[in-house]
Amino acid sequence: MQPGAGAGPVDDLLKDFLTETAENLDLVDVELVRFEQEPENEKILGNIFRLVHTVKGTCGFLGLPRLEALAHAAETLMGKFRSGALATPDAVTLILGAIDRIKDILAELERSGAEPLGDDQDLICELDVAAANAVAAPKAEPGPGRPLKPGEVSLEELERAFLEAEGPDLTPANDPEPAAAAAPKPVEMKPAEAKPAASEEVRDGSVAGQTIRVGVDTLDRLMTMVSELVLTRNQLMTHVRRRSGAGAADDELTLPLQRLTHVTAELQEGVMKTRMQPIGAAWRALPRLVRDLAADLGKKIELVTAGADAELDRQVLDLIKDPLTHMVRNCADHGLETPAERVMAGKPETGTIRLEAFHQGGYVVVEIGDDGRGLDVARIKKKALANGLASEAEIEKMTEAQVLRFIFAPGFSTAEAVTSVSGRGVGMDVVRSNIEQIGGSIDLRSVAGQGATVVIRIPLTLAIIPALTVGVGGEVFAIPQLAVRELVHVGGGGEHRIERIGDAPLLRLRDRLLPLVRLAEVLGQAPGQATGAEPAGGENFIVVAQAGEDVFGVVVDDVLHTEEIVVKPMASRLKEIPLFAGATILGDGSVILILDPNGVAQALGPAREVSAARAAETVEAMEADDKIALLTFRAGGQAPKAVPLALVTRLEIIDAATIETANGRMMVQYRGALMPLVPASHDVVARTAGDQPLLVFVDDGRSVGLIVDEILDIVEDRMEISVASDIPGALGAATVAGRATEILDVAHFLTLAFDDWLKRKDRPSAEQDRPSVLLVDDSAFFRNMLTPVLTAAGYRVTAVEGGAAALGLIRLGRRYDVVVSDIEMPEMDGYALAGELRGEPLAAETPMLALSSLTGPSVVARAQEAGFSDYVAKFDRPGLISALTQLAPGYRSAA
Amino acid sequence: MTDAQGGERRSFVTVEIGEQLFGIAIGRVREVFAPERLTRVPLSAREIAGVLNLRGRIVTAIDMRSRLGMAPAPAGSKNMAIGVDHRGEAFALLVDRPGDVVDLDVAGLEPAPATLDRRWASLVEGVFRLDDRLLLILDVDRALAASAEPVAA
Repeated sequence: MQPGAGAGPVDDLLKDFLTETAENLDLVDVELVRFEQEPENEKILGNIFRLVHTVKGTCGFLGLPRLEALAHAAETLMGKFRSGALATPDAVTLILGAIDRIKDILAELERSGAEPLGDDQDLICELDVAAANAVAAPKAEPGPGRPLKPGEVSLEELERAFLEAEGPDLTPANDPEPAAAAAPKPVEMKPAEAKPAASEEVRDGSVAGQTIRVGVDTLDRLMTMVSELVLTRNQLMTHVRRRSGAGAADDELTLPLQRLTHVTAELQEGVMKTRMQPIGAAWRALPRLVRDLAADLGKKIELVTAGADAELDRQVLDLIKDPLTHMVRNCADHGLETPAERVMAGKPETGTIRLEAFHQGGYVVVEIGDDGRGLDVARIKKKALANGLASEAEIEKMTEAQVLRFIFAPGFSTAEAVTSVSGRGVGMDVVRSNIEQIGGSIDLRSVAGQGATVVIRIPLTLAIIPALTVGVGGEVFAIPQLAVRELVHVGGGGEHRIERIGDAPLLRLRDRLLPLVRLAEVLGQAPGQATGAEPAGGENFIVVAQAGEDVFGVVVDDVLHTEEIVVKPMASRLKEIPLFAGATILGDGSVILILDPNGVAQALGPAREVSAARAAETVEAMEADDKIALLTFRAGGQAPKAVPLALVTRLEIIDAATIETANGRMMVQYRGALMPLVPASHDVVARTAGDQPLLVFVDDGRSVGLIVDEILDIVEDRMEISVASDIPGALGAATVAGRATEILDVAHFLTLAFDDWLKRKDRPSAEQDRPSVLLVDDSAFFRNMLTPVLTAAGYRVTAVEGGAAALGLIRLGRRYDVVVSDIEMPEMDGYALAGELRGEPLAAETPMLALSSLTGPSVVARAQEAGFSDYVAKFDRPGLISALTQLAPGYRSAA
Repeated sequence: MTDAQGGERRSFVTVEIGEQLFGIAIGRVREVFAPERLTRVPLSAREIAGVLNLRGRIVTAIDMRSRLGMAPAPAGSKNMAIGVDHRGEAFALLVDRPGDVVDLDVAGLEPAPATLDRRWASLVEGVFRLDDRLLLILDVDRALAASAEPVAA
C-alpha cells in the first residue's frame, strides 16, 4: 500500500479510520481531564496512552505523516508521565492542543480525502520541550526505578509496549534524552514501517466482535422504509376497518393483518433501537470544555455526570448537543462564582456543575445545574419591565418561577446588562426554541446563593410518534400524544363547561382553571366553517395539552382516533408557521398537519405564563368580584330563572283579578298609570284569581311588569353565563346557588312591552361576530345595569371595576372593539385611563366612549382632549346605544 | 442563464395560467399530475394552496394564479399540477392547463418587456414570440421563493 494514497482501496479503510479515530480522540479528551485530576491513576494514563498510540499506529499504517508525527510527540510526552513525571496543567494543555490539531487535520482529511499540507513543528517542539523538561520534574528517578505501589504492575508492561510499539522513528535525539532536545529539530518520518505494531494495537483496543459498525445513513434509510411500512399498514387497517364497518367481515384479511401489525411494531421498535445512542455521546466533549473554561475563567469547577447511558434517538441527540454545551458554558461562565467569592460565601472553593439524564415517560429529562450564585430575580424583574415583557403590576403578582422564565423570552437575553450582571441570558431564547423545535420543553429553577438548574425534557424520538387526530371545522389535525394529558367533553349536559374570565374562555377541571384555545380561531377558520364550534353552544371536545409548563385546553369539534404517525418535516416555506411541527400521511392517503403544542400555546397570548398561572390565582378573587345579587324565580319550566336584582325596581304581588287585557296585551293599573305586563316565559300563564307575583322594571319613567309563577330567593352569586342561549328573552344559563338557572334578558321583555324601548339592531347570532365592549365603571350597580343592556344590544361585554383592571386586561393581550368608561372613578379616573390606553399598542386605536353623570361643555371638551371619541350621560341609554352603534358597527366583519 | 448562442435549443413545457401562456424548462418538470386531496395549511402565505401526498411524498402546492397576482380560478374549475423540485423539496405548481412541449431556439429568447407587470417580471426569465402569442418563460426557483408579500392575514 502506498503511503498517502488518498483514493482507491484506501477509501474504505480511511473512512473506518476517521470514525474510529474521532471516537478515540473524544475519549482521550475525557480521560486526560480525568487524569489531570487523578495523576496517580495509572489505569487512566494507560488508557490514554493506548488510545493515542492506536491513533499514531493507524496513521503510520495509512501513510499520514503529519498526524503520525503529532501523535508521536504527544505520546512521547505522555510516556514521561508514565515514567513518573508530574502531569502539570500546562503539559496537559499542550497535549490537548495536540489532540485539537489532530482533530483539525482529520476534519480536513475527511473533507478532501488527503492530509492537508502544513507543518506542526510549533506544537511538536513544545511537546518535545515539555517532554524533555518533564524528566527533570520532582520525581527525578526514571519510572521503573521508583517504588511501585500496589496495582502498578502494569506499568512496566505498558512501558515495554510503549517502546516496542514505537511508530515512526523521529530523530533519535528526540526520545527520552533530556535537556539537549530542547532545540527544535526537523522531523523525519518513515511512516510505513509501523504496520505490525499498529495492527496489533488496533486489535488490542477493539471490543469483542459483538458489534459491527453501520453507517448512519444506512440506519436512516432503514428508518424511512420502516416509516413507509407503518404507513402502508395504517392504510391497510383503514381499509379493513371501513370494509368491516360496511358489514363485510374479512376474516381472511384480519388475521394476517394482525400479524403484520405485530411484526411492524416489532420491526419499528428494533430499528428505533439501532438509532438509539446513549446521551453520554452528546456530552462527551463537556469535561474538556469545562476544564478549558475553568482555566480561562480562573475558577475551580468539577463536572459531575449521571445517567450518561440514558438512550435517545441519534437525530434528537444531534439536535441537543449544542444547547447542552451552551448551558454548561453558561453554568461555568455565569452561574459559578470565583473561588474567592465561593469561600466568602462559605462554600467549597470548587464549584460543581451537575449533568444528569433520566427517562421519564416518553421523554428523556436532562438537568444541568450548578451550585453557584443562582439567578438574580430582582434583576430579571427589572429587565422584564424595561423590555416591556410585563407590567409592574403583573410582575408583582408573579411567582418567582414565573419571573425566572422571562430569561427564555425572545430578546430578553440579547441585552448585555443581564448577561453581565445576572448571567444566563445569553441566547436562552435560542436554546428554548431549539428544544421546543424537537418537541421538548425547558424550564429552570434557581435558589439565590445555592445555584440554578435548567431542566430539559426531550422526546426519545422524532420519527414515528403516537398522535391523536382531531377534527375542527371539517379539517383534521394531529396532536402528538405526548403532549396530550386528557380529553374532556363539554356541553351536551356533561359535568364540564366552559367558563370565562373577562374575554378569556376557561375550563374548570377539578381544582384547576385551564386557559382555552379555540383551535378554529387559532387556525383562522372562517366562523361559518366551524360546524360544531359555536362557542358555548353545542358540544365540544377539549384536548388538555401540555407544552412546557403550560397546561391548557384546545377546543376542537371532534376527536377522531389515535394512531402512530410518521412525522415528515414541514416544507421550508411553511416552517415559519409556529403552529405546526410537521405533516403526516394518514392511512387514507390524505395529508394532515401535526400541531406543535408549543406553537398552539403561543395563541394563549404574549403573557401566557402569566395568564395561565394567574387564572388559577385570580379565579377566587374574580368570583368574589363578580358576585352580584340575583333574584331567582320560577316562570314556567322546571329550572329556576334569574335576573340581576339591581335591574328590578320592585317586587309586587297584585290581585290577579285586576289584570286587564287590551289588544291582546295585558295591563294593570299601577301607581296611577297603566303598566304593561309580560309573561317571563312563553309557558307562563297569568293567574286569573289570587295573588300574582310581578317583577317591576322601571326605565325612563316607564314601567313594565314581568309575570312570574313564584319568587324564590335572592342569592349572591356569579352571573357567569356558561351556555349562551338562542331563545329570545334568555341570555343563557348559569349555575346559581348550585342550580342551573336561566338568566333572563331583561331588555327583551322591555322591548316586548314597548316596541321602541331600545332601538335594537338585529342581533348577530354568532358570538364572534358581536363587537366586544370593555365596560369600566366603579359602581357595581351600573355595571349590573349596563351589562345586560349592552348584551341585549348585541355586544359582548366585559365589565371591570376600575382603570387598573381595564389596563390589566389590555396588557394581557385582550382586544376590545370599544371601551366604555365612567369618568368619575376612584384611583384612576376616566381621563387617566384614556391617557394610559392611548399608550397601549393593543388599545391605542380602540374607540373610547365616556360615560358620566356630569355634563357641561367643559367636561365634554376635557373628555375629547383625553381621547374619548364620544361622551354620553350616564342615564341616557338610547344615547349610549346609538353612540356605540356609531363606533362599532360591523367593526369585526370588516377585519 | 441565457447565453444566446445560435442553434442551441431548449425545451419547455407550456402551461396556461389565467389567459397567459408560460413555459417551464423541461428539465425542471418531474411530472404533470392532477392534484388530489389538497390539505389547506392555515396561516400560510396566500399563494400556498396546501400540501398533498404524491406517492408518499409530501408536496407543497403553489397556486400560480395567486403567485402571479391573478384573480382566483372560477369555482369548480379543475386545475393541474406541475411537479418540480426545489432545494431538495417537492413542489407542485398549480396551473389551469398544461399544454404542449415546445422546442425553441435559445436565440429567440428576449428579455421580458419593460412594460410587464413588476410582479410578473420578477418571475419571468424571458419571452419567446410564438406565432400567435407570447410565451413567458417562468423562473421556477424565483417562483418558489417566498414572495415579498406579507403572509396573508
